[in-house]
Amino acid sequence: MAGENEEKLNQNKIFINNEWHDSVSGKKFEVFNPANEEKICEVEEGDKADVDKAVKAARKAFELGSPWRTMDASERGRLLNKLADLVERDRLILATMEAIDGGKLFSTAYLMDLGACIKTLHYCSGWADKIHGRTVPMDGNFFTFTRHEPIGVCGQIIPWNFPLVMFIWKIAPALCCGNTVVVKPAEQTPLTALYMGSLIKEAGFPPGVVNIVPGFGPTAGAAISHHMDVDKVAFTGSTEVGKLIKEAAGKSNLKRVTLELGGKSPNIIFADADLDTAVEFAHIGLFYHQGQCCIAGSRIFVEEPIYDEFVRRSIERAKKYTLGNPLLPGVQQGPQIDKEQFQKILELIESGKKEGAKLECGGGPWGDKGYFIQPTVFSNVTDDMRIAKEEIFGPVQQIMKFKTIDEVIKRANNTTYGLAAAVFTKDIDKALTFAAALQAGTVWVNCYSAMSAQCPFGGFKMSGNGREM
Amino acid sequence: MLQKLSCCVQNHLYRPCLKHCAPVQAPEAPGVPVWLQPGFQALQGPTGTGTASSLALRLNAVLLFSLQIFINNEWHDAVSKKTFPSINPATGEVICQVAEGDKADVDKAVKAAKAAFQLGSPWRRMDASHRGKLLNRLADLIERDRAYLAALETLDNGKPYSVSYLVDLDMVVKCLRYFAGWSDKFHGKTIPLDGDFFCYTRHEPVGVCGQIIPWNFPLLMQAWKLGPALATGNVVVMKVAEQTPLSALYVANLIKEAGFPPGVVNIIPGYGPTAGAAISSHMDIDKVAFTGSTEVGHLIQKAAAESNLKRVTLELGGKSPNIIMSDADMDWAVDQAHFALFFNQGQCCCAGSRTYVQEDIYHEFVERSVEKAKSRVVGNPFDFKTEQGPQVDEEQFKKILGYISTGKREGAKLLCGGNPAADRGYFIQPTVFGDVQDSMTIAREEIFGPVMQILKFKTIEEVIERANDSKYGLAAAVFTKDLDKANYVSQGLRAGTVWINCYDVFGAQAPFGGYKASGNGRELGEYGLEAYIEVKNVTIKIPQKNS
Repeated sequence: MAGENEEKLNQNKIFINNEWHDSVSGKKFEVFNPANEEKICEVEEGDKADVDKAVKAARKAFELGSPWRTMDASERGRLLNKLADLVERDRLILATMEAIDGGKLFSTAYLMDLGACIKTLHYCSGWADKIHGRTVPMDGNFFTFTRHEPIGVCGQIIPWNFPLVMFIWKIAPALCCGNTVVVKPAEQTPLTALYMGSLIKEAGFPPGVVNIVPGFGPTAGAAISHHMDVDKVAFTGSTEVGKLIKEAAGKSNLKRVTLELGGKSPNIIFADADLDTAVEFAHIGLFYHQGQCCIAGSRIFVEEPIYDEFVRRSIERAKKYTLGNPLLPGVQQGPQIDKEQFQKILELIESGKKEGAKLECGGGPWGDKGYFIQPTVFSNVTDDMRIAKEEIFGPVQQIMKFKTIDEVIKRANNTTYGLAAAVFTKDIDKALTFAAALQAGTVWVNCYSAMSAQCPFGGFKMSGNGREM
Repeated sequence: MLQKLSCCVQNHLYRPCLKHCAPVQAPEAPGVPVWLQPGFQALQGPTGTGTASSLALRLNAVLLFSLQIFINNEWHDAVSKKTFPSINPATGEVICQVAEGDKADVDKAVKAAKAAFQLGSPWRRMDASHRGKLLNRLADLIERDRAYLAALETLDNGKPYSVSYLVDLDMVVKCLRYFAGWSDKFHGKTIPLDGDFFCYTRHEPVGVCGQIIPWNFPLLMQAWKLGPALATGNVVVMKVAEQTPLSALYVANLIKEAGFPPGVVNIIPGYGPTAGAAISSHMDIDKVAFTGSTEVGHLIQKAAAESNLKRVTLELGGKSPNIIMSDADMDWAVDQAHFALFFNQGQCCCAGSRTYVQEDIYHEFVERSVEKAKSRVVGNPFDFKTEQGPQVDEEQFKKILGYISTGKREGAKLLCGGNPAADRGYFIQPTVFGDVQDSMTIAREEIFGPVMQILKFKTIEEVIERANDSKYGLAAAVFTKDLDKANYVSQGLRAGTVWINCYDVFGAQAPFGGYKASGNGRELGEYGLEAYIEVKNVTIKIPQKNS
């Protein structure tokens, strides 16, 4: 048992055909702990040659007559259920790994991230034998029916903010429908994805069905999005890279593309809202996981009459934070993921100060090691400021004022993003008006960040193409 | 008391097992893995290491507790204190006494179910995904106790143990897992209504569901009923068949162990005219689902109409045509036609009990079918060699023998069998009638026994007409290599399931149910969920609708 676990914890190679491979080039890259900037370990660095190997394996596993293609749909479901059970069994290890590699609070990783992973796997496993085609009453003497076939080899490129959850969100629906996958986890956070490789093998998925190639975007990621034998690419990450992926798909083989990109989500608070609830949701909606959420409610529009009080309470809330080692209890905020993000966020904070927003608290780095940034609140933010337009992806909250419904709808929609939005009000007419008027893939009423495996998630406009879950 | 029961259990359960209890080699069944042998090894389950006596105690404990009425996750005597015997059809002997539920017990159960269904109750407030989790857990527990349940099933119903274990129990687990998966996926809709309105539908559970299940597939019928009902959030009052209550009552224990809140599932052993009728006419039951004979189906529908217009679904009898075209694969067709009739001792609602064989191949087909029927092994259902066990009770036994003599009297040609197969128990020889005419009783009425009718036909149009000439319409099949014939026949047959080049193929994913007097509604598949929900349309006025 100890030997088995050791084997699993040593998985820092490329996972192809249920086996562990060195990189073709022999190169490795380093993985860091963002709480103390120390190296955790080295991981094999996948590049085009490794992606080619993985795609070949995935293609073979997808051949007509293969074990995966001839498997009962219900059996695919059973394997996904088994994988969920294994994740649950190894929940502690996975949560710890996720916390160290991703700078995520351990309690959050254990309760929220791992909880979501297990539930998502169970959810998708249930769909496997319920994907129905139709029989169609066509004109003429014909018997017509549709088959809902798997697409084929799916390239899946996932980010570093919710490494394991994003891994599961990608593989679960793909496998439930019978596809084979080549996953490239983020270079900042490859460890939990690689651990999943060992569980996937243990669960009994045939070789080649899931392949995992750690590496960098411009090399391994680009190899996937340009590959002539990958039928579909799914990407979660920045809008900037999303555009590159879609372009590459167009340039190569017109592979199907789904994208989950950035956001600058509006959170609209009316005077008739329950103020305590609204402040709390707005706070968590921005500061959760150090602000590193695509759905972060990073433009908070507060109706004039309650604006001052709302700002006051929000500052109170943001001030009481303990930063530190995310593995320790009592710590409420961990580090940003890496130096690049760290610097970008600080730069945007400076722009906020320079462009005239009122810095209410925070506004700078924290501690002498690790990428920590103080929880920061800006008030009197106007729509033209950079902090009101660009995705910060950090613990920086923007609070702006509004007067009328029509005005705030226009301002909320005045963005190229459209991932999520929220409205806080007790009034039924207002709530339903906003549900229709906001150009966002998810609209929350009197809550924020409420997500679950049963609900579709995705963006309008440049926040993405397509829906997950 | 405990010791006496222990002996009793051993007599019924262990005597056949003791023959095979030699740890590794079973002389009668070489090559059969140890885990499959119905001895102590198998009965321990995957992790058990108990001794024989502790197992006997465990079985005793279960039999002691589970022979009563299950309400609110507790065991109750019948209000009347009456009991009835459950009989082992292989020997005609009494296995044990079971509490006999009647109207008063149904009333108690309905009360408990209603309380569990109240707005704000744990069951109503539960995440849909958690309902699915509980169903999956129940499936896990049934898997854990698979060998024991299979043994109970065989003891009470008479079907061969190998079939109970490999087929019935396998399908039970798969059915529960299938519906576990649906629990959080059965979506209502948002609807673009005219006017300034926001309109959507909720798929609400119907409420208190009465479920009356038969004796031919006791555990499987229980799973078919519980799966969709619980996945969609209903509460259940289930009456199990008086011939076969034991396995379902054991499952009640597992329902409690899985964590279903009290009152969500209530199980009442009892008789049709008393407990069953109490359910179908109950003013506080919102829906009744019944699987059984067409004759009783009429009564249920009448009672539902006369009481509170409760929703009704029925899975009734059949006289399913199995059509063998001359271009069929002969070996396969003979094999499948035999299976279609004789499976489960002929006690299938969808049994292929009218085998229509095209002229050119008729004689050869009949000859081969008789040969096959003659070689069918009838015997002790716990013996692995056995293919056919006893019929379920004396009533069925007599009824089937009655049909056989009617068949002879009306001029059908008895080609083999026709008599009881043993002096004890309700065994009947595999029986084949040739030269059967559509007008004969054995061609029109459901026999529900190991009696095969073979009829001759000329053309495809003729056979479709003759196949449809029945008040039933449960299933049908056609054996042919020709694509066009297959499509033509499958369109023409008025039956809820049409099998092509196969028979009795079931899956939790595929809907099953009858046309005409074979029933109302469909079970299994997504379709199976529809009977268990009420659609609520919610329409909200809004200031301005935008598409």
